[in-house]
Amino acid sequence: MTDTVTFKIKRQDSKSSSSYWETFTIPYVPNSNVISCLMDIQANPINAKGEEVTPVVWESNCLEEVCGTCTMVINGKVRQSCSALVDQLEKPIKLEPMSKFPLVRDLVVDRTRMFSALKKVQAWVNADGYHDLGPGGRLSQEHQETAYKLSECMTCGCCVEACPQYSSGNNFLGAAAISQSRLFNMHPTAKNMAGERLDTLMQEGGIADCGNAQNCVEACPKSIPLTESIAEMGRQVSDKLWHNIFKA
Amino acid sequence: MSKQRVIVIGGGLAGLAATMKMAELGMSVLVVSFLPVKRSHSVCAQGGINGAVNIKGEGDSPDIHFYDTVKGGDFLAHQPLCKDMCHHAPYVINLMDRLGVTFNRTPEGNLDFRRFGGTLYNRTAFAGATTGQQLLYALDEQVRHFEVQGLVEKMEAHEYLGAVLNDDERCVGAVIHNLRSGEIKAEKGDAVILATGGPGLVYGRSTNSMVCTGTAVTSAYLQGAKYGNGEFIQIHPSAIPGRDKLRLMSESARGEGGRVWVPKKAGDSRNPKEIPEQERFYFLEERYPLFGNLVPRDVGAREIYDICVNDKLGINGEMKVYLDLTHHTREFLDHRLGGILETYEKFTGTDPREEPMEIFPAVHYSMGGIWTDYTRTSEGLIDHQSPQNQMTSITGLYAAGEADYQYHGGNRLGANSLLSCIYTGLMMSPGVLNYVKNVPQAAEDVPETVYTTSVNKWQESYSNIKSMNGNENPYALHREMAEEMISNVLIVRENEKLKSTLDKINEFESRWKNVKCVDTNDWSNPVPSFINQLWNMIQLSKIITKGALLRDEFRGSHYKPEFDLNQPSDFRPETYLEFEEQKETGNIQEDAFAPEHLAYMKNFSENNIKWLKTTIATYQNGGPDISYEAVDTSLIAPRPRKYD
Repeated sequence: MTDTVTFKIKRQDSKSSSSYWETFTIPYVPNSNVISCLMDIQANPINAKGEEVTPVVWESNCLEEVCGTCTMVINGKVRQSCSALVDQLEKPIKLEPMSKFPLVRDLVVDRTRMFSALKKVQAWVNADGYHDLGPGGRLSQEHQETAYKLSECMTCGCCVEACPQYSSGNNFLGAAAISQSRLFNMHPTAKNMAGERLDTLMQEGGIADCGNAQNCVEACPKSIPLTESIAEMGRQVSDKLWHNIFKA
Repeated sequence: MSKQRVIVIGGGLAGLAATMKMAELGMSVLVVSFLPVKRSHSVCAQGGINGAVNIKGEGDSPDIHFYDTVKGGDFLAHQPLCKDMCHHAPYVINLMDRLGVTFNRTPEGNLDFRRFGGTLYNRTAFAGATTGQQLLYALDEQVRHFEVQGLVEKMEAHEYLGAVLNDDERCVGAVIHNLRSGEIKAEKGDAVILATGGPGLVYGRSTNSMVCTGTAVTSAYLQGAKYGNGEFIQIHPSAIPGRDKLRLMSESARGEGGRVWVPKKAGDSRNPKEIPEQERFYFLEERYPLFGNLVPRDVGAREIYDICVNDKLGINGEMKVYLDLTHHTREFLDHRLGGILETYEKFTGTDPREEPMEIFPAVHYSMGGIWTDYTRTSEGLIDHQSPQNQMTSITGLYAAGEADYQYHGGNRLGANSLLSCIYTGLMMSPGVLNYVKNVPQAAEDVPETVYTTSVNKWQESYSNIKSMNGNENPYALHREMAEEMISNVLIVRENEKLKSTLDKINEFESRWKNVKCVDTNDWSNPVPSFINQLWNMIQLSKIITKGALLRDEFRGSHYKPEFDLNQPSDFRPETYLEFEEQKETGNIQEDAFAPEHLAYMKNFSENNIKWLKTTIATYQNGGPDISYEAVDTSLIAPRPRKYD
């Protein structure tokens, strides 16, 4: 008898159709991860009842946890499926799409809201142009280390999926975008726009919507200090509020 | 004048650099990408980006960078392009620094640089071990800013199917497939840039991302564009085995002092840490005392193949060697290489700070790609205003980044790919806009029928794919094809095997016709796209294999032992320059050279006359017709490579 692995996968054909669970039992192969198993299903799309079905639809790209594409909920925990090694997972392995974003199909969701949040917090350097203006300013190694860590955010969605405050019913920016506003507020030239970023964070959906559950930092696959970022931006926002009060 | 725009296909470094630059110059840009552009394959680049800034006071210069690049590519790259790229490299790095890339710093706060393969200088700027990701994010942010300002429009979750050509065979737009709704429609554009990356998926598992099927450039080839140097596929010496993909272990691991070794005794099954120093064979350091572990990738991959297959010294008899960083402190490793060591640990369960890594060679990069043009100046640089720069052989259709063929010759140097992508995107933009300004007819004024004809053709093609009901699973067929390519068109190439692979590919092509479209839904169905991509991958594998079969020489990544000229071990490349000079003056003093040197030099010279040429594939009668074109080698005289 050959070893097998069983997957229970939550499937849905489209936004308007209803979801259903489908079970697949496939031969166990050493060193598998969730993606390689989904690929096996794709090459032989037969469910546990022996019925030929459509291959499960999912999204992935880099397969080394730097692009953020293949995020899904695995055994109840949101994470990238490429780094979910079969040997380390409880069986049967349960796969679900993220719940905080509009569903597209099966395990695919639409994370446009996260990219819109990056627009709102103006997550960019306002450059004078792309011609040769010489090097940027000198920066300490300490600054680089802090900034680099924040800059590793791949907009994967784990932090907001785990967040109790983030829902389809509100417009909370979420931890990822708040952390990006910290990154740009500390950059030597992007900080010229710091005030505008703070104005955004003061509005509805901004920093006040954080309920301090601290799930985000737990869920982040890149160990970005998200709660530290939220605390730092909270401080910057209240400084600005006080400043506004005294100025008035 | 009507409103004009440029369509950029692909949102990696090359595509976004071009988008950003053209938007700065006031042009509207439509970016089309499979995924949100922030998720493009450029994120996988790890080690860094080259630029001779000489921050370490080693006497490095753009001209030395240029020389290393041309030599690394075994003289097959067009030299004016390489020269212009290397001379602009410090500017590119400075620009990315200004745009917020979190490059590592020296104690004084300057950008830090490390060593990479194929050079003796610390020339590689880096942001931890996720430099590509960091560079891509900076460009993504700039492009998002333009998006807010309304100059850039993005179509993500869309794929490019083909160029729309008018009656003069000029590109006036693109046919785009919405990967959600399944809708196929035309987008008008006064120029189209293919910045769609490489074709790693032709080999199934490689270091490439899942979108790297090469399908867009193959589509251009099927529409008549020339394809250059297809057989030159880079095998990276160090990858981590995996079932779904072969994850890269960056060259920067060796740049930071990583040492490659195998046990001296075949089949030594001891834990590597228990094998004493004198029982380890540091074969790269021994065979290449000058470059050591940082020989170029083609050399590194071949040596690993040699030590594993011919000397049978691979770990446990397999195609694997140790890459050892354990002599460094954890702090040093986390600071300089953090990201990639985490990746290794996460995917193998072994901590590379404590145990030597097990690595093996894997398909990594295509030096070849769609043929593109350029205009050189009298100084041997590039005229940045020329509309010809980066134009394919289809007027108005451009290519940039890994999708093109011109910057890396027969073998790319590590950390030159990020440079070539960003440089190309920036460099080509003024020329593309000059082309757009002078088009005989703006896309908006092109008759609607031109677009509907193209769209109808593609709609019919996809509806045919959807009705395919044979008995082959397309994904399983892809696995088989990839296996064939991996087995026979990799590091060591033999004509008999290449011939039989070509026959096999033709069989795959027939079997493709018997594929079953295993999902026929209209909504968000990736299967018809994959079947179309598989067809293109079959066509591309023919270009690679036939190019390899016909090129009877050993150059760069293309190694045919049968045609190795066997450079004498005591030969110096400078001797060849003397020989060539004497040949030119018609006064060869044959006695002045050792007889085996003389024989080698004559062979080398003859071989170059025959083979120092770009391979050109054009689609004819259902397959590639192969011809050859001259390479511009006017700035640095070709000579034998040597790294020891």
